[in-house]
Amino acid sequence: MKIRLIFVAVLALLPALIASSNSNSDKYLSPGELALSPDGRWLYVVCERSDELRVVDTQSGRVAGVIAVGHGPRGVSLSADAQQLYVTSSWTDRIEVIDAATRKVVRELTAGSEPISTLPDRTGSTLYVANRVSNDVSVIDLKTGDEIKRLTAGRGTSYLAGSADGKSVYATHVYPNLGAQRAPPESEITVIDPVSQRVSDRIRLHNIGGVFHIATSADGKLTAVAQLRPKNLIPLAHVEHGWVFGNSLSVFGEGLAGVVQVPLDELERYFALPYGVAISPDHSRIYVSSAGSDMVSVIDRARLATFARKNTNFANDLSASSNYVVARISVGKNPRGIALSSDGKRLYVANRMDDTIGVIDTQRNSVVSTIDLGGAKEVTPIRKGEQIFNTAKYGFQGHFGCANCHIDGTFDGMEWDLEPDGFGIDVVDNRLLEDLSGTEPFKWNGGNPNMPTECGPRTEKYFYRSQSYNDQELTDLVTFVMAQPFRPNRYRLPNGELTPAQERGNAIFERTVDKGGKPIAERNQCAYCHSGPKYTIRQSFDVGSGKPTDRSPLVDTPQLNNVHMTAPYLHDGSARTLEEIWTVYNPKDTHGRTNDLTKDELNDLIEYLRTL
Amino acid sequence: MKSAARVVAVVLALSALMLAATPDMPKFRWENFTTANGLPNDHVFCVLVDGKRVWAGTEDGLAKYEDGKWSVIRPSDGLAHRAVLGLALDKKTGDLWAATMGGVSHISSGRIDSYTQLNSGVANDVVYNVAIQGDFVWIATAAGASRLNTKTGQWNLFNERNTPMYEIWTYAVTAAPDKVYYAVWGGGVLEYDVATERWKDYNDPDGETELVVFKDQGLIHEITTSVSYVNKILWVATYFGDSRYDGRNWHNFLTKDSGLPSNFTNAVKAVDANRAWFGTDKGLAYYDGTNWSVYRPSLETGKPEMTVRDADGNVTNISVETAPAHNYVLNFDFQGDDIWVATAKGLSHGIRQK
Repeated sequence: MKIRLIFVAVLALLPALIASSNSNSDKYLSPGELALSPDGRWLYVVCERSDELRVVDTQSGRVAGVIAVGHGPRGVSLSADAQQLYVTSSWTDRIEVIDAATRKVVRELTAGSEPISTLPDRTGSTLYVANRVSNDVSVIDLKTGDEIKRLTAGRGTSYLAGSADGKSVYATHVYPNLGAQRAPPESEITVIDPVSQRVSDRIRLHNIGGVFHIATSADGKLTAVAQLRPKNLIPLAHVEHGWVFGNSLSVFGEGLAGVVQVPLDELERYFALPYGVAISPDHSRIYVSSAGSDMVSVIDRARLATFARKNTNFANDLSASSNYVVARISVGKNPRGIALSSDGKRLYVANRMDDTIGVIDTQRNSVVSTIDLGGAKEVTPIRKGEQIFNTAKYGFQGHFGCANCHIDGTFDGMEWDLEPDGFGIDVVDNRLLEDLSGTEPFKWNGGNPNMPTECGPRTEKYFYRSQSYNDQELTDLVTFVMAQPFRPNRYRLPNGELTPAQERGNAIFERTVDKGGKPIAERNQCAYCHSGPKYTIRQSFDVGSGKPTDRSPLVDTPQLNNVHMTAPYLHDGSARTLEEIWTVYNPKDTHGRTNDLTKDELNDLIEYLRTL
Repeated sequence: MKSAARVVAVVLALSALMLAATPDMPKFRWENFTTANGLPNDHVFCVLVDGKRVWAGTEDGLAKYEDGKWSVIRPSDGLAHRAVLGLALDKKTGDLWAATMGGVSHISSGRIDSYTQLNSGVANDVVYNVAIQGDFVWIATAAGASRLNTKTGQWNLFNERNTPMYEIWTYAVTAAPDKVYYAVWGGGVLEYDVATERWKDYNDPDGETELVVFKDQGLIHEITTSVSYVNKILWVATYFGDSRYDGRNWHNFLTKDSGLPSNFTNAVKAVDANRAWFGTDKGLAYYDGTNWSVYRPSLETGKPEMTVRDADGNVTNISVETAPAHNYVLNFDFQGDDIWVATAKGLSHGIRQK
C-alpha cells in the first residue's frame, strides 16, 4: 500500500520535476573527455551537458577559457602540433575545429552519424572520426575538409587511438556486433592502416559487449582496452561471483601472448564500467577509470605479464586482480576520460557527475587536488537521478548499475535472460531509453505500469539483489530516466519531408486495406498498434512472435522512435534486422498484414520506419 | 644446286616475311591451380586481383591466394553461400563484395556481413554479380537489380516496375562514376545514368532471334552475359557474339568475321577503348583493336595452343608450352601485365613473357 502511494505521488509530480530539472540543466557541465597539451599546461575538457570545451590551466588549477561548441560534445583531440583541437558534436554530426591559440572555432567538418571521438594523424593531413550510430570511421581530408571515405567498424563505433609508431589506428565500439541470437557477444578492435587508409585487421574480443577507451603506450609496447564481459546468456540468478558482468581490460603487447582479457574485479567488490584508459610512458602502469564505481585502478604491467604467463584464460577469475592491480584510487562521481601527463607523473580524471577534474599523483597513487570546473553546486532531482543512473553502488557488492546495460542512456544491443526461471526462458531484448513519456507500460510483457515500478522493487529483486533506492532516490532516478531526450533522427530529410520511398512506406504503414482490396483487421494494421506520437498504443498483443520458451505470447507494443538503431528486434531479439520481423517471423500475417507486399514495398516500409 | 639454294632462300625469305607479319601479341607462361594444388574446387566462377592478393570465387567457397598459399572462406565463416559467382573490390576501403547463390557478402578484413533476401532489402538470394560505384553497391540478382547505399543502409530495387527491364534476370553489372550497366540475360543491356538517375535499355534490333540481319545495327543479342565500360566505351558479351558501343555506333564481333574463338561468350573486360579480353567456351581471347590472339588447350589434342589472327584474317600458330587450365573461360582479371583466368576446370595465372 505504501509503495503504491509513493508511486502515485511520484507519477503526479513527474512532469513538474522534469520541467524544473530541465530548467536547471544548463548549469551542469558533465565533463566527459579530456585532452592534455604536450607541455602539460592546458587541459581541454569536453563538457557534454553545457555544450562547451573548457580550458583548464593545470598550473593554477583554474578554468582559463570556455569555448561554445555544438550540441552533445563527446570527444576532443589535439593535432600533432597542438595547434588545433577537434571536438565532436554528437547530435549535429559535426566536428568543430578550434584554434588552440585563439580558442575560437575556425572550421566545421561533417562526419557520419553521431561522431564520438576523433584522431588526427601525425602529418595533420587526415582526421579519423568514430561514428556511433553509423557504425563506422570517417576518414576526413583535413586539407579539403571532405570526408573521403567511411570504413566499416564495430557496432556503436566510439573511441580511437593511434599506435605509437603511427602505423595503426585503433577503433572500438560500445555495442557488440550483431551475431546469431543467443550467441556470446563478440566485439572487435578495428585496426586501420593510415597509409592505405583501409581496415588492415580486426582484433576479435570474444565474449565482450561494451568496449570503451583504448590506449597505447608511448613506446608502443602495450595496448589496453576497457571493456565489459556481459553474462547475458544465463539467467540472472547470481549477482555475486561476477555472474552478471565482468569488468575488465583486453591487453596486448610486450610480454603477453596475444590478447589477454584481464579482470579488474575482486571476489566481493566490483569496479563497474571500465571506461578510460591510460598507460604510463614506460608502459609499466595501466590506469583505468571505473565509471560506475568512482575509482581508478592501477595495474602493474610486469606483474600482469608474469601472472599471464603462468595462468591462461583467467578472464572470469575474480581472484586474479590481486596479482596485478597495485592500487585503487577513489575519485569523484562517474569518472570517465583520463589523461596522463607526458612525464607520467600526473593523471587527470574527468569526474562527470561532479563537474570536477581529479588530479592524481601517480607516484603516490592518490588524488592530490580537485579542479572545480564551475558547474552548478545545487543538485537537482534530475541531476541526482543521473548520478544514481550512472553508479553501480546500489547493486550487490557494487556489481553494476543502470548504465551498464543502458550505455550512455541507450541500450546495449543484447538479449538478456533476466529472470531466474530457467535457462533460455523469457529471454528479452534490451530497449532504448529515449523519450519514454507516453510509452508506458514498461517491460516486454507490459507488466510494469510505470517507471517507478520498472526501476523500483523489480530492480531490487531481480537485478541488484540488494536493497536499492529509497523513495527519494527512486523518484530522482525516474525523473532522470523519463527526461532522456529523443536523439536526432538521421533518416529524416532536413526539411522534415519524406523521400518518395519513405512516402510509399508511410502509405503502407497507414493502409487499412491490403493489395487485394480486402480490409485489414484493425489490430493487423501497422498504424493501429503503433499509433500516437510514440507509435505505441500501449497495449499488449499476441503478434505471433512468441516462442515456446516464453511464458506468454502477449508482448507490449514497443515505441518505434529511432527504431533504426535498436537491432535486434522483437521482444526476444530474434529478428536481427527490421526485414526479418516480416520475412522470417510473420508467416501468418499476425504481426501486421505484410505477406501481400513485394520486396520493393517492404523496403519502402522499412525506409519509413527508419524515419520515426 | 644453284636453283636449290634459290628455293631455300625464297622459302626463308617468305618465312621471315610471315614471321615478321605476325602481330606481336602478349605471350604467357601459364601456371594452373586446381584442387590438386590448393584450390577448394576446380569450378571457378570468378577471379579478382587486389594487389598481390588474388581472390577466386569457386563452387565450394571463396579462395584467397596470398604469399603463395591458399585459404578458403566458406558459409561456416559467414559467407552467404559456398558458390561464389562474382566479386567486386571497393577500391576506397579495400573491402570485398562477393555475389553468391545465397546472397551477397561484404568481406572486410576478416569480418563477413552477409545480406540475404530475408535479412536485408536485396531483391533475391541468387546474386550473380556485384559492382562498386562510390558509396553504392550495385547487385545483379535473379529478380532484378539491387542497390545498397553503404552510408545510409538504404536499399533500392530496380526491376520491371521502375525500369525498362522486361526480363529481371540480371546477370552481370559494371559501374563507373557516370554510368552503371547491367547485362540482363534475355533482356539486353540496361544503362543507368548516374547524373539523371534514368534508365535506358539497349536491345537486339532483331529481337530474340539468332539471326544477324544487319551486323552493326545494334546489340548483337538479347542473351547478354557480361558488360565492361572503360573510357566511355561499352563492351557486351552474349552467347551469340559480342558488341562494342561508343555511344553512337555499334560494332559487333562474331567468329565468322573476327578472331573470336566462339560466339558463346561468358565474359568481356576492356583494357581501354580499343582493347579487350573475352572469355568463351572455346578459350580466352584478346583483341588489340586490330588483331586477335587465343589461348587455350587445343580443342582437338588438348595440348597448349596460342593462335594469332591478323587484320587480314591470317592465323598463325605460336609455339607455347603451357595453356590455361581449360577452354571454358568464365572470368579473368589483370595483375599488371599478368592475367588470372577462372575456368570450369581450374584457375590459371598467365605470367607475361617479355
